[in-house]
Amino acid sequence: MSSLSSWSIQPVTLGRVFKICLLLFLLFFTVSVVSLFAGAADITFLTVIRDLLPLGADGHKALSPAEKSILFSIRLPRVILAGLVGAALSMSGVVFQALLRNPLADPYILGISAGSAVGAVTGILLGAEVLILGIPGMAFLGAILAVLVVFGIAGTGRRLETNTLLLTGVMVNAFFSAVILFVFSISDHLQLQRAIYWTMGDLSLADDQAIMYTGFFLFTGMAFIYRYGRSLNILATGEETALQLGIPVRKTKIILLTAASLVTAAAVAASGTIGFVGLIIPHILRLIVGPDHRILLPAAFLFGGAFLVCADTMARCLVSPAELPVGVITALCGAPYFLVLLRRRLSS
Amino acid sequence: MTILQSENVSFRYHAPWVLMHVSFNVEKGSFVGILGPNGSGKSTLLRIMDGMLTPQEGRATMAGRNIRTMSRREIARRVAVVPQDHGGIFAFTAREIVLMGRSPHLDPWAFEGKRDYETVERVMAQTETLGFADRSLDQLSGGERQRVLIARALAQEPRLMLLDEPTAFLDIRHQVEIMNLLKSLIKEEGLTVLAVTHDINLASLYCDRIILLDGGTIHAEGSPTEVMTADNIEAVYGLPVVSGNHELTGRPVIMPRMKE
Repeated sequence: MSSLSSWSIQPVTLGRVFKICLLLFLLFFTVSVVSLFAGAADITFLTVIRDLLPLGADGHKALSPAEKSILFSIRLPRVILAGLVGAALSMSGVVFQALLRNPLADPYILGISAGSAVGAVTGILLGAEVLILGIPGMAFLGAILAVLVVFGIAGTGRRLETNTLLLTGVMVNAFFSAVILFVFSISDHLQLQRAIYWTMGDLSLADDQAIMYTGFFLFTGMAFIYRYGRSLNILATGEETALQLGIPVRKTKIILLTAASLVTAAAVAASGTIGFVGLIIPHILRLIVGPDHRILLPAAFLFGGAFLVCADTMARCLVSPAELPVGVITALCGAPYFLVLLRRRLSS
Repeated sequence: MTILQSENVSFRYHAPWVLMHVSFNVEKGSFVGILGPNGSGKSTLLRIMDGMLTPQEGRATMAGRNIRTMSRREIARRVAVVPQDHGGIFAFTAREIVLMGRSPHLDPWAFEGKRDYETVERVMAQTETLGFADRSLDQLSGGERQRVLIARALAQEPRLMLLDEPTAFLDIRHQVEIMNLLKSLIKEEGLTVLAVTHDINLASLYCDRIILLDGGTIHAEGSPTEVMTADNIEAVYGLPVVSGNHELTGRPVIMPRMKE
C-alpha cells in the first residue's frame, strides 16, 4: 500500500480549508483597502495614517471632517455591503449549481434574483412594514416562489439540462419583470426612482441597516449551507446516488434551498439584482481549488466578496464623478463569460 | 444464513403490475444473478431490494428487518449499489468519487480521517483504479469508470452489493475482470452479490444461483445447471437456442440457433 504522502492531490482537511481561506481573505482585505481609497475625493492612505498620529505642529488633523465622512460614512459601508452581497451571490450560485447539477445555474439567470426583486419592490412600494416582514422578508418570499418554480420544472432526481435551465430562467425572468413593470406603472414618482435603481443592481444605498440585515441573513445561511458541504459533493453527482450513500435527500435539499434563497434574498434586498457573480466566481474557483464544496463554499464567499468590491469600485470610478449601477459592470463581464461557457458546453 | 429476502413482493408504478408475488432468499456469501428479458422487472426488483422503491404488497427484508423501517443511512452502511454508469459533472476525480463511499460511516460535519483514506487506498488497489485515481471521471473509459463505481461501493464496506448490469458496455476482457473481482470479494471478504445482468453465459459461469424473471414473475430459480436449460431460455426470451457445457466447469452455455 502506498503511503498517503505520495498523493498528488491533497485530501480535504480543515487545515487546507483554513489555508485557502486565509489567502483569499488577504486578497479580499487588500481589495477592500484599495477600494476605500479609490474615488472622486482624493484621500490617500498616508493621510489616514497621519490622521491617526498625534496632532501635528499646526494643530490640525490630517483629514477634514468632510473627508472623514466620505471615508467612513459613505465608502466604508459601501465596501462592506459589496463584500457581503458578492459573498452571498456566489455562495448561493454554488448551491444552485450543485442541486441542479448544472454549472450554468446562477440566481440571476434562474430568475431567483428577479423573484426576490418582485418581493422587495412590492415591499418598497407598499411601505416596508408589509406583513411585519420588512423588505428582506418580502424578498425572501419572492425568492422562495421562484425557487419552487425552477425546482418544480427540474423535478426530482434528474439533472437540469442546460437548454431547460436557460428556457426556464428566461420565462421566470420574463414573468417577474412583467410583475415589476406592473408595480412600477401603478406607483407614484417619489418611490419610483429608488425602485428603478434597485432593479439595476445598486450599492449606493449602503447603510448600517442594510449591512446588518444582509450580514445576519448571510451568516445564518452560510452556517446552514456549510454543514452540508460533503452532502453537496454527493448530491452534485446525482440524487439517486446520494440516497444510496445514505443522504436524506429530501430534507437536505429543503434546508439547502431555503438557506440559499435566504442568502440570495438578503443580497437582493440590499442591492437589487446584480447578475452573473454567482456564475463567474464558482466557475473560476472550481478550476483553482477543485469541486469539493467544503473548500469551494468558503472560497466562493471570500472571492465573491472581493470580486464585487472590485466591480463596485469600477462602478464608482469609471465615469467619475457620476456613478454606474454595479449590475452594469457585472453584466458587462459576466454575459460574455457566460456565452463562452455555454458555447464550450454545447460543443463538448 | 439468509441476508436478503423478498417475501411475496408485488409492485406497480401506475396501472400494470411490474412484479407479481416475487419471493426468493439470498444467502450470505453467495453470488446471485437476476436474468430476464427487457421489461421483465429486473431493475425494479433490484430497486426494491435497496429500499429505493416500496412494494405495494409483500416486503423486502434485510437480515430479518423490513427495509422500509430502515433509514437511508442504515441501509447505506449495509448495502452498496453500483449503478449502470454515470458521467462526471463537476470534474470530481476518481479518488474523490471513491471517498464519497465513506459517507454513510461519517458524521455529517466530519472530514474524512486516516482510516477513511486507508480504506479508499485499499479498495482502489483491489479494483486496480489507483493508476488513474487523480483523473476526473469524464476522462476515463467506460470500463475504468465502472471499476471506480465498484470501488466506491466497496468503500462503503457493505455486506451486500447490488449491481445493475455491471458489465454492460464493456468488452469481454473487462467484463471478465469485473466478474473475477466480484468473485474474489465474495471469497475473501464474505461479500454477498446480487446482480442484474443481460449476459446469460457470464451469469451461468459465475453465479451460485440464478433468478430468471419473466413478465414480473419468477419463471425459474436455482443453480445455473437447474435454471439455464434451453427450454427455460426459449420460453422466457422467445428465442430458439442450443445448450452445451463449459469445458472446464461443466456450467451450461447457451447459444442462439442460427438460421440456415
